[in-house]
Amino acid sequence: MRLASVDTAALAVGLRPGMPLADARAQVGDLAIVPHDPASDQEWLDRLAQGCARYTPLVALDAPDGLILDIAGAEHLLGGEAGVIADIEMRFARLGMTLRHALGPTADAARALARYQARPAPDEASAIRRLPVAALELESEAATALVRAGLKTIGDLAGRPMANLAARFGADAAMALRRILGDAPSPLDPRVTPPPVVAERRFAEPLGSSAHANKVLAQLTAEAIEDLAERGKGGRHFRATFFRSDGLARTIAIETAHPTRDSGLVMRLFAERMDSLADPLDPGFGFDMIRLAVPRLEALGATQLKLEGGAARTANESAAMDELADRLATRLGRGRVRRLSPADTHIPEQAQLELPAIDAPTPLPWQAPEPGEPPTRPFHLFDPPQPIEVIAEVPDGPPHQFRWRRAFHAIRRYEGPERIAAEWWRRRDNGGLTRDYYRVEDAQGRRFWLFRHGLYDEKPDPRWYIHGVFA
Amino acid sequence: MRESSHPLAGLRQRIARIAASGVESHRAEGWLASGHARFDDALQGGLAIGHIHEFFAADALDATSAAAFAALVALRTPGKAPLIWLRTTDANKRSGRIYAPGIAELGGDPDRLLLVETADPKMLLACANDAIRCAGSAAVIVESWGKFPLLDLTAGRRLALGARDAGTTLLMLRLNAVPTPSVAETRWSVAAAASYALEANAPGAPAFDLELLRWRGGPAGTCWRLDWNHDEHAFGEAPLSGALLPLPARRAMASHGAAAA
Repeated sequence: MRLASVDTAALAVGLRPGMPLADARAQVGDLAIVPHDPASDQEWLDRLAQGCARYTPLVALDAPDGLILDIAGAEHLLGGEAGVIADIEMRFARLGMTLRHALGPTADAARALARYQARPAPDEASAIRRLPVAALELESEAATALVRAGLKTIGDLAGRPMANLAARFGADAAMALRRILGDAPSPLDPRVTPPPVVAERRFAEPLGSSAHANKVLAQLTAEAIEDLAERGKGGRHFRATFFRSDGLARTIAIETAHPTRDSGLVMRLFAERMDSLADPLDPGFGFDMIRLAVPRLEALGATQLKLEGGAARTANESAAMDELADRLATRLGRGRVRRLSPADTHIPEQAQLELPAIDAPTPLPWQAPEPGEPPTRPFHLFDPPQPIEVIAEVPDGPPHQFRWRRAFHAIRRYEGPERIAAEWWRRRDNGGLTRDYYRVEDAQGRRFWLFRHGLYDEKPDPRWYIHGVFA
Repeated sequence: MRESSHPLAGLRQRIARIAASGVESHRAEGWLASGHARFDDALQGGLAIGHIHEFFAADALDATSAAAFAALVALRTPGKAPLIWLRTTDANKRSGRIYAPGIAELGGDPDRLLLVETADPKMLLACANDAIRCAGSAAVIVESWGKFPLLDLTAGRRLALGARDAGTTLLMLRLNAVPTPSVAETRWSVAAAASYALEANAPGAPAFDLELLRWRGGPAGTCWRLDWNHDEHAFGEAPLSGALLPLPARRAMASHGAAAA
C-alpha cells in the first residue's frame, strides 16, 4: 500500500505521495491514515466547484484535485483579482482545505502556474517562462531528456524552433507548450454551461432562515419570468442554487412538461420539491447568495383568451392536468409519472415504452383492434415473465393444465400458438429462442397468456412462462 | 347568393359549438355509463361522476378483471381527458405492468393513460388526494393491494369531498382485499367470467361477473354478467357460456360452441 496524498503537516516531516505505507509508518509513528476513496474525492471536488459558481458561471473541473475558474469580467464584483483570491482562500480555509492558486492569461497557463510554479517571478509572463518543463506533463523519459539537453524551463523551450520540439517529443508536447504560452487557445470545458436566463441576489448579511430564502426565491422567480416574457419564451427547467457562507452550495431543480411563465406554478413546484427532500435545505451559517437559473427555454406565445372573456375552459383543464403531472413528478421523481408509447418491435415486453410524462412524448398510433376478434394482447403484462409448470398432452402441443403461484389451472379453451421469433437481426449471434404463445382460459373463466420459450428443435427441454393476464 | 350561405353556415356552426361548450361546462352531474342499457338503467344512469366507486377483485387472480372493468368504464367516455392511474411500485410485480397494446386492442386509447407510481400506500393516498382535486380527468384509478389501513373513514371522506368539489370520479381498485365499510357511492365485486367460445374453442371477448355489494342510491345485491364489445365500444350482455357445463375435453367444447351459436 502506498500513500495517495498527504497534507501539509506530513509534507513538512518528509512524507510524499507514492511512498510505501510501511516506510511512512516507520518515519512517523502516529500517522493518521484514511483509505483512498477517489469517488468521494470526485464528489467533494464537484461540490466545491458548485460552490465556486458564486464567482463565475464558468467553472471547470481539473480532476482529480483542481478547479479552473474563468473570472474574466466577473472579478470586479469582489474588488478585482486579489479580492476574488482572498474570498476563495477565506472560504476554503473554513472548509479546512489548503490550496495553491495562480492567475494566468489562459486556462492552461493558470493551471501550470498553480501546479508547477516553484520560483517567484516579478510578473506573469516571466513566471510562465520560469516554469519547469514538467509543466508540459510529458512522459517522464521525455522530461528527463529535456532536462539532460539543458532545457530546464518553459522559457528555454520557447526560444527554440517549435518544429524541432514536435519532431523530437510529438505534436502534443508542442501543443501543450503553445497553450501554456498563450499562442494556442486553451478552451475551458465548464462543469455547467451558463444558462440563458439568470437572476441572483447577494446579501451583505447571510440569511439564516429557509423561509426568508424562499421569499427571495419568489422575487427572483418573478424577475426571471419578466425576462422570459421579454424574450417570448417559457422555462422548462428551473434551477435554484443556495450558496452558503461556508462556500458550499445546494441546488434544487424543477422541471415542467410544457414551457411556463407562471411564477405561481414555479413556486408551487419548488415548494413541492423542498417538501420531498430527504435532507431538508440547511442554511448552516446562512445563505449569502441565491441564484435562480433557467437553463432550458422554449418558445411560448402570449396566452389567448376566449372570445367572450376568460380563459377557455378546456385549455384551463388541460393546464390543470399538466400542472398535476408536473407536481406529482416533482414529488415522486420524474420517472414515476409516465405515459405509454408504442415501440416498433414484435417482442411483447419491448412493444411499449414507459416514458416520463414530463418529456411529453408525441402520441404515436397504436395497433387498432381487429373487428370481431378478441384481444390478442393481455391487459397486464409480467416483465420479466414468470415461470410456470405446464402439462401438455404432447410435448410441442398446447398446454393442458398449468401451475402458477401455487395454484392449478385446468385449461378449458385455448388459441395458439402465435409464434414470435427472436429478433435475430439485432443479435450478434443471430440466434435467440422462438416463443410459442397461447391464449388460454381456465375453468374459472380467467384468461392468461402463456408461452413456451423455445421450440423442441432449438432446445431439449423448453420452459413455460406466463407472460400476461387478459381482461 | 350561394357564395354567402357558406359563411352564414360557418357562423351558425360556431355559435352551436360555443353553446355546446357552455353546456358542457356544467358537468358536475353525469354518469360513467357502461353502454349496457339494463345495467345503466338499474343504476339510474351508470357510475355517478363526482363520487367514489370501489371495485373489489373477488379473488386475487381476478385483479386483472377488476382493473380492466374500471379502466374500460373510464376510457369509454368520449374525448381525450386523461385517465390517471395510481399504483404502488410492487403492483408491477404482483399484477403485472399495465400493457398498452392490450388496452389498444380493447378499443381504449392508451395515450389517455397517465401512470403514477408511488413507493408506498401513504404516498399513494397523498397523490390520490391531489389527483382527484384536479378537474379535467376522465377518472382517477387508485390501485391498492391487500388491506389499506390508511384508507379509514376520515381519509375516504376527504377523498369523497375532493371528488365532489372537483367533479372527478375516483375508482378505487381493491385487490386481494375484503370489503369494509367506506364512503363509496357503489361497491362492486368483480370476477372473471368464462367467455363465449369462438371458432375452434378459442377464448372469446372479455367477460365479467359483477356483483353490486352496496349502493347508496338504491338496493344492492344484483349480479350481472357482462362482456366487452370493443367494436361497439360498450359492455353487453354476456351469453351464458359453456363453462357451467362440466365438459372437460376440448373437442367436446368445440361442438358445444357451435351448437350455442
